[in-house]
Amino acid sequence: MEQSAAVGAPAAQLPIVAARSRRREFVRALMRNKGALAGLIILVLLILAAIFAPVITTYDPIQISPRDRTLPPSRDHWMGTDAFGRDIYTRVVYGARVSLPVGLIAVSIAATAGAILGLIAGYYGRLADGIIMRIIDIMLAFPNIMLALVIVAILGPSIRNVMIAVGIGEIPRYTRLIRGQVLSARELLYVEAARVVGVPTRKILFRHILPNVVGPVIVLGTLSVGAAILAAAGLSFLGLGAQPPRAEWGAMLADGRQFLRSHWWVATMPGLAIALTVLSINMFGDGLRDILDPRIRT
Amino acid sequence: MVQYIQTRLLLTIPVLLGVSFLTFSILHLIPGDPARILLGDMGGGAAAGDTSDAAYENLREELGLNDPFLVQYVNYVKKAATGDFGRSFQTNRPVRDSIMEVLPYTLQLTVVGLGFAIIFGGILGIVAALNRNTWIDSLTMVFSLFGLAMPSFWLGFILIQIFALRWTLLPSTGTEGIKTLILPALTLGLVASGVVARLVRSTMLEVLRQEYVTTARSKGLSERIVILRHALRNALIPVVTIVGLQFGGLLSGAVIIETVFARRGLGRLAAEAVLRRDFPMVQGTILVAAIGYVIVNLLVDLSYAWLDPRIKYR
Repeated sequence: MEQSAAVGAPAAQLPIVAARSRRREFVRALMRNKGALAGLIILVLLILAAIFAPVITTYDPIQISPRDRTLPPSRDHWMGTDAFGRDIYTRVVYGARVSLPVGLIAVSIAATAGAILGLIAGYYGRLADGIIMRIIDIMLAFPNIMLALVIVAILGPSIRNVMIAVGIGEIPRYTRLIRGQVLSARELLYVEAARVVGVPTRKILFRHILPNVVGPVIVLGTLSVGAAILAAAGLSFLGLGAQPPRAEWGAMLADGRQFLRSHWWVATMPGLAIALTVLSINMFGDGLRDILDPRIRT
Repeated sequence: MVQYIQTRLLLTIPVLLGVSFLTFSILHLIPGDPARILLGDMGGGAAAGDTSDAAYENLREELGLNDPFLVQYVNYVKKAATGDFGRSFQTNRPVRDSIMEVLPYTLQLTVVGLGFAIIFGGILGIVAALNRNTWIDSLTMVFSLFGLAMPSFWLGFILIQIFALRWTLLPSTGTEGIKTLILPALTLGLVASGVVARLVRSTMLEVLRQEYVTTARSKGLSERIVILRHALRNALIPVVTIVGLQFGGLLSGAVIIETVFARRGLGRLAAEAVLRRDFPMVQGTILVAAIGYVIVNLLVDLSYAWLDPRIKYR
């Protein structure tokens, strides 16, 4: 935020140049931040792997092949095979097609709902604020995983429902963050000016206030995609998310449980995939935070 | 101070009422009739057929399922306020007894796990802050990044593979005895210590820049006293907040870790209750978890005053 204030003055005179140079400045800062860059590169590779999964794998992720049961890593199956003879490398790659969208969508659900609630609570204050924040308090006291369990119990176990459950569980954090941002943005001169000239409240909220509070939300959003992926994988691990035979990392890990002693690779490979994905997202998110808003800490 | 605590305790009542109302109404949305589930489980087979219609109606009446929704809720709250959470649909035992039986195990797991996280993560954070921008700092931060990215269930597997299967030092599953506590608590603690280390590092860095630290140093106090007595205490406030939140979320961590290590505990009790549609048990476990969350957060707020005498409560 400080940054935008710093470039605020020239931006008024030369808006296009300022926007361009700000973007260039951002890219340059990103290039300097080795951790963020490494995270971004791994993340892009993972996304490409998810998109081109059929191209970069040679086996079928679902088709069982009893003759190839629990083969150790080799040239043919370089991550080995699972109890059904399926190639683990193939399943890990296809698993990215589940986990990456799940994290992204869960966070989108949370951020959207949190933005609306936070804007209302922060801008209108008084009664609306009181009611919304009490509900948020209740949600916070409600153990996240129980919320997810109960939602899954109502809607049935599936990866879609896990996504919804994880998303709802994250709403309080976004509501609090955005409310706090709105509280300070509300007092800014240009908001008051907009109010005075009669701009409708909805327009003030979405056109004038929201863009100004979005920086910290992007940072929190990036960092919580990783947490959402972990949570969703955990629920699948418990058998509440992706159902067999779908290739999902948490469920694959759970399958590996009985082979911990004899066939270590069955659980290790999906575990590595989860850790690597979350690690790269967090590294990128950390870098974003350093660049966009040095004041927030985790 | 006493008055502050009283006010805070009063304020927890609406939160707990909210949580119980939310649970109660959500559970009533779940398709499936508790009386049918109960009959199916007890009678077995086609017990829910025409012949047992009378039994079914009796049971509904007995469970209060024929009352209007709000009446049911008020009755539930009245009983819950006296510690009566009803009887499990599954075992017909009082829910309170089942919860009290496993609660100590979950508390042990959480206290030992978070204790480890605070000590280990705290030391890492301090060391990193004191050696800022050196390889020690980088190494510590890489460790904490891994802690944040590590799925606890996978870490649990790895610890089982190493300590239980390869070296056979510790049991991989079970609940009784101290030995069964070590691996689960270590799993919980290692994951949480990543967060703690990061936090301690950044707050330490901030505190070390403060004037009173310079003053303490210029008074000629030894570096150890400066760090431990002056800096650390002030750096602890955000740490206490985060640890409090983590403790409050104890049930979430416990569900997965108790499953990995086949331990008895509140988390598994709750998860199994949901899957078996054991409504009274679900309500009871969630309420107990929420009470725990509220109490811990009150303690956290009170600890601020002890850590930083500038903070006063009225």
